[in-house]
Amino acid sequence: MKRTTYIMMAVVFGLFVLSWIYKGISLQSNNDHYILDGFLVTFSAFLTLAVLSFLYTDNPFYKFAEHLFVGVSAAFWMCLGFWTTIVQNLIPRLSEGVSGFFKVPYLPGPYNFFFFIPVILGIMLLMRLSPKGGWISRWPLAWIIGTTAGLNFIRYLRSDFIKQISSTFVPLLGGGQHEWQGIGHFFSNFDLSASGQFVALVANWVIFLGVFCGLVYFFFSKEHTGTFGRASRVGIWILMITFGASFGYTVMGRISLLVGRITFLFRDWLGLVS
Amino acid sequence: MADLGIIVSLVIIFGGLVALFVRSIQAREVDRRIIFLFIFIAVAAPILFPFTFSETATEVVKGVFDKIESLPEGSKVLISFDFDPAMAPEVQPMANAISRHSLEKGHKIIFMSLWATGQALLTHSLANYILPGFPEKQDGIDYVNIGYKAGNEGVLNVIITDFRKMFPTDVNSVLLDSIEVFNGVNSAKDVDLVIAIGGGKPGPKEWVLFIGDPGNIPIGFGVAAVVAPQLYPYYPAQVIGILGGVKGAAEYESELQKTHPRFRDMDTPGLRMMGPQTLAHVVILSFIVIGNVVFFRSRRREKKA
Amino acid sequence: MKRQVPLLITFFVGTLLIFSVFIPPMENVGENFTLFFDIIAVFAFFLGGGNLVRVHVNKLRRQKKDWAFSIVTLVGFFFMLIVGLFKIGNAGGIAASVTAEGSVFQTTFVSVLTPLQSTMYALLAFFVASASYRAFRAKNSEATLLLVAAFIILLGRTPLGLMLTSWVPDSFSILQIPNLAIWIMNSPNLAGQRAIIIGIGLGVVSMSLRLILGVERTYLGEDRG
Repeated sequence: MKRTTYIMMAVVFGLFVLSWIYKGISLQSNNDHYILDGFLVTFSAFLTLAVLSFLYTDNPFYKFAEHLFVGVSAAFWMCLGFWTTIVQNLIPRLSEGVSGFFKVPYLPGPYNFFFFIPVILGIMLLMRLSPKGGWISRWPLAWIIGTTAGLNFIRYLRSDFIKQISSTFVPLLGGGQHEWQGIGHFFSNFDLSASGQFVALVANWVIFLGVFCGLVYFFFSKEHTGTFGRASRVGIWILMITFGASFGYTVMGRISLLVGRITFLFRDWLGLVS
Repeated sequence: MADLGIIVSLVIIFGGLVALFVRSIQAREVDRRIIFLFIFIAVAAPILFPFTFSETATEVVKGVFDKIESLPEGSKVLISFDFDPAMAPEVQPMANAISRHSLEKGHKIIFMSLWATGQALLTHSLANYILPGFPEKQDGIDYVNIGYKAGNEGVLNVIITDFRKMFPTDVNSVLLDSIEVFNGVNSAKDVDLVIAIGGGKPGPKEWVLFIGDPGNIPIGFGVAAVVAPQLYPYYPAQVIGILGGVKGAAEYESELQKTHPRFRDMDTPGLRMMGPQTLAHVVILSFIVIGNVVFFRSRRREKKA
Repeated sequence: MKRQVPLLITFFVGTLLIFSVFIPPMENVGENFTLFFDIIAVFAFFLGGGNLVRVHVNKLRRQKKDWAFSIVTLVGFFFMLIVGLFKIGNAGGIAASVTAEGSVFQTTFVSVLTPLQSTMYALLAFFVASASYRAFRAKNSEATLLLVAAFIILLGRTPLGLMLTSWVPDSFSILQIPNLAIWIMNSPNLAGQRAIIIGIGLGVVSMSLRLILGVERTYLGEDRG
């Protein structure tokens, strides 16, 4: 390692210790575990700054944080999966004795022996780690694929196709809370207020035509020429507005995450904000 | 001091943007580290020198609020924390606000999660943000935490017909049969309202596909801003309301404070975050304008050349 | 055998789950099959963890580039695994939740995993700003339309939008930026997203059918030797 790297690490270590002491002292009142809490806050701040350092360039601190994240995250999901599903759902159906050891209620049932099937399939899945026995992991994989496909088939058809189509059949005269009461009434109450009849009517037309034209755009089996091409063009415009809206929301979302982290640094670590 | 800080920050930011705009007329590009610096200042300054705005709940947020408000006391509300620490700054405020609202109205809350990280965040939220304001509420009687189960939409496919098959116990291994909150709740169809908070997969969409539509159960969303636009097609036919991003959280908090005086002094992270959000939006919009000016000026120069 | 049995399993499980929606007596079997799926999913977590250990131990043994950081990964992994599996520091004992407040597992989640994961995504705020500057150019009419919609949403989702257009009278209130933003979300955005959802929905349905009927077999991988 280069000399500058050693110096940098020494400086960071020194600042870490200083911060730990400062935080510990500030948390001392009403807190018996002020040394540990001081360390934890300092370590969290160190990890935050290590990741943020990537903005300047890739560096050993960022790599440290990244590698730590991968290891801790994998173990976190394993532990949660084990305690919540294996211990609380599987073991109580297989063995009263082991249930007693884990202090979870035993769940007797006449067909509990079938629950050995996922155990066997699960062990087969672990065979994927073996170079020679890896092919057996296709069986549990097939179970996973079959379950996902079977579950999604009906639900997507109902909620993302049939219900979406039916929701698109909106009234093209009148709209929102306004019932159509004739052309005379429409023009005599004409305005551009957000809750007005005209805006609601335009909204319904945009929804109806927008969905139709958007679907026309995605139909690639026919060339987009003539009337079909014009409808496809309208579809593109609707989609551009959609993507613009998505971009706006994406920016909002990402900024919120940054606000969260900087709030942590200023409030919990440096104590600059109450 | 705070006002002075805000003024100085605004002067620095807008002065810098004006200077960059003048540069852009000369078709000079902006280094990305300058952009990073501006974003940092735009977010940091309103945190150090806070300014807040009043919010009014929009119709889409009021859909969720009014439903919780109108349900009779003792109704069963299921709140699912389907998010990870990456989404937490956005959705945690709305999760806390909705939970407090439900507890205040005397509803019986079933907390659960389809994400492993959701269970950890749920535990942390309950202990540090939600329950401290309701010391009279009892675990098992007023609320229950049944935690996380692996399997994504598989979990939902089981609880729509049989809750206890998927969740035989709560997180502390207490049988659901002995928990008062679960009296009369055999499946998700016996729940009066589901609030899905999250934004990834599994998340709000899966709640509609596997619980809301098959069981005809009212569902409300509290989602990260990134996915909010994608969920509007479900509103209002399949979903009663959508809280989208920190703005949605701010609107809900504002409505909660207006309607329930006990929450006037509660911490409102959603409302607090609108200050940095606003300034950051202005900075990004300014950079988009600057970028376009640079683009068009460069193109003009190339054409002349 | 290596390919036939998995295809049969996919067909059997998928078909049963579809029929269980229409035939109530089969609901119970469908639920159990889904429970099996959930349990196998946990074994997939174990597989992921095992693979991670294998990759990093390999990297250590062969002293590949940045091998020292593999130690960090392995130390973090085993630390979290031990404190989680043995519920170290968990006041409620073995029956209590693994994420009980005050346990070493939960403390590590709050102090290590939360700042790491949050900050990784918070970085995106900077990159989205930089990308907006570089890529959001009004090169043609479609791009301009996208830009205008984004502008209205970005302004409308903050109090600034209302401040800029609060002077607009009520009879023209749709022209107030916040109302325009709401209208964009409830109308053209809804229409575009619905078209996308319908398209994706049809795609998922057709892909599910292909998987169940064994037409789509890429998930089986290739046969070696």
